[in-house]
Amino acid sequence: MHAARKRRITEWIIRNTFLVLSMISILILGLIALFLFQEGLPLFRSVSLREFLLGRFWYPTYAPPEFGIFPLIMASVTVTLISSLIAVPLGIFSAIYVAELASVRIKEIVKPVIELLAAIPSVVIGFFGMTVMAPLMQEILDIPTGLNVLNASLMLALMAIPTISSISEDALHSVRRELREASYALGANRWETISRVVFPSALSGISTAVILGMSRAIGETMVVLMVCGGAAIVPDSLFDSCRPLPASIAAEMAEAPFRGMHYHALFATGIVLFFITLGFNIVADHLANKYKQVGTATL
Amino acid sequence: MNSKQKRKLKEMASLAVIRLATLLIALAMTAILGFIVVNGIGTISWSFLTEAPRNAMTEGGIFPAILGTIYLMIGSILIAFPLGVASAIYLHEYARPGRLVRAIRLGINNLAGVPSVVFGLFGLAFFVVFLKFGSSILSGSLTLGFLILPIIIGASEEALRAVPRTYREASYALGGTQWQTIYRVVLPSALPGILTGSILGIGRAAGETAPIMFTAAAYFTTRLPRSIFDEVMALPYHIYVLATAGTHIEETRPIQYGTALVLIALSVGVNFIAILIRTGLRRKHSA
Repeated sequence: MHAARKRRITEWIIRNTFLVLSMISILILGLIALFLFQEGLPLFRSVSLREFLLGRFWYPTYAPPEFGIFPLIMASVTVTLISSLIAVPLGIFSAIYVAELASVRIKEIVKPVIELLAAIPSVVIGFFGMTVMAPLMQEILDIPTGLNVLNASLMLALMAIPTISSISEDALHSVRRELREASYALGANRWETISRVVFPSALSGISTAVILGMSRAIGETMVVLMVCGGAAIVPDSLFDSCRPLPASIAAEMAEAPFRGMHYHALFATGIVLFFITLGFNIVADHLANKYKQVGTATL
Repeated sequence: MNSKQKRKLKEMASLAVIRLATLLIALAMTAILGFIVVNGIGTISWSFLTEAPRNAMTEGGIFPAILGTIYLMIGSILIAFPLGVASAIYLHEYARPGRLVRAIRLGINNLAGVPSVVFGLFGLAFFVVFLKFGSSILSGSLTLGFLILPIIIGASEEALRAVPRTYREASYALGGTQWQTIYRVVLPSALPGILTGSILGIGRAAGETAPIMFTAAAYFTTRLPRSIFDEVMALPYHIYVLATAGTHIEETRPIQYGTALVLIALSVGVNFIAILIRTGLRRKHSA
């Protein structure tokens, strides 16, 4: 009896140790929020939230400095939307190809290729944008600089495609086979089955994929830092230079005097970025859970 | 007849677009990799890999950056592996569905979505400034470790899921406790999958730039790091610095290509190995 009791206690201790360790993610998330606020909030002693978010001028080193991140927000929104226009169809199409069309052998080649794209470091993609795409664009389109919204959007699309593709593929996979068979039995061809049966059934998972892909694009730093051009203006053409939120933080932190206004402003920019991506992820999580247990395949 | 032809045509056109899109992605990926390999291979030599930069980084090798990146890879996995595997064990082996598990999962998903530059800010505020670790291998490893934690958790959980339930039942039938079952039966059988996932995590850590910019990476150091409290040079940051800052951008192009190739070999290379292992495992499983 004594041994059995000891064993129960040991089991209890082990179980709860794992419980505590598994809370680490929540703890880190909390610490991130806490420290962003601690270093970011002092800015609002001298700049109002409204001036910060809607101010049109980002001149952090002028005297007096101006800390308006509206152009940076608009730059982030613009490159994210344009990259989504490219990455969403390409990502979903490639997922359909892998899940519905490709033979097992081709699948074993195509899937790793898309995954390897995800493995290319962002700094290398940015480097490619700078050294190959930028001169190419400059020459072909006859524009003053190839470091612009379009180039950055293209490179960001490359980074978002693997995310969109692999999550969409999972969603397509979990569509019940009976649904496809029923569709074929009714005389539908492959495309009709994909577009009217499989795709709608997987839509919630695909939406999750799109949102996570966009979230990846908006938070991506190196590409926009190297390829966007860096001008803090609201872009109004594809060929304008711009400065998205992450680029501004990464480019300026090294020069910002420790715990000066500029330093706090960069952390405040980080808070904005943190909450934008948090919002995206909560929506994605909600979508993924809401429709999770519908078909037998997802149980 | 006509409508049947139309349907057929529509099917062919749509499927062609799908195939074309996939081909386009494969081409883009090949273009980038090919470009780096073709331009970088000429720079790679024994001395490039083993010597320090000279002459304001316009000549010489990249040894300190390779070493720094390897230190950061090791450091981050030392932090992320135990925490990640422990989280996965709790979530998959112990936890019952409920609010707490929902909260933990939401935490993991959101952590996975935090932008890398925000990790950098956090690392700066928490490790470098608050805990006074300074810009160092330690700060960078902790920051990167937390960044790759969700990858390790996800991969480990998937590996645990692949262990057949019958294994656990057999262990319980023999009188094993839950921990004995996990430790002696489940983990050994999930280990290859867990290791594959961890390799993916290491690859990711090697390629990240923004998180180490303010926490670990040095523009240039004359000596190699002697402790975990020293700054290091790192491959991704080296590329960024050479390609954007300084007055020798064009002259150092070969060094940039070479560094990018070494970085890709490290990060894509480990990914490739992981994918190969996984494909092999899958074949073994299905056979």
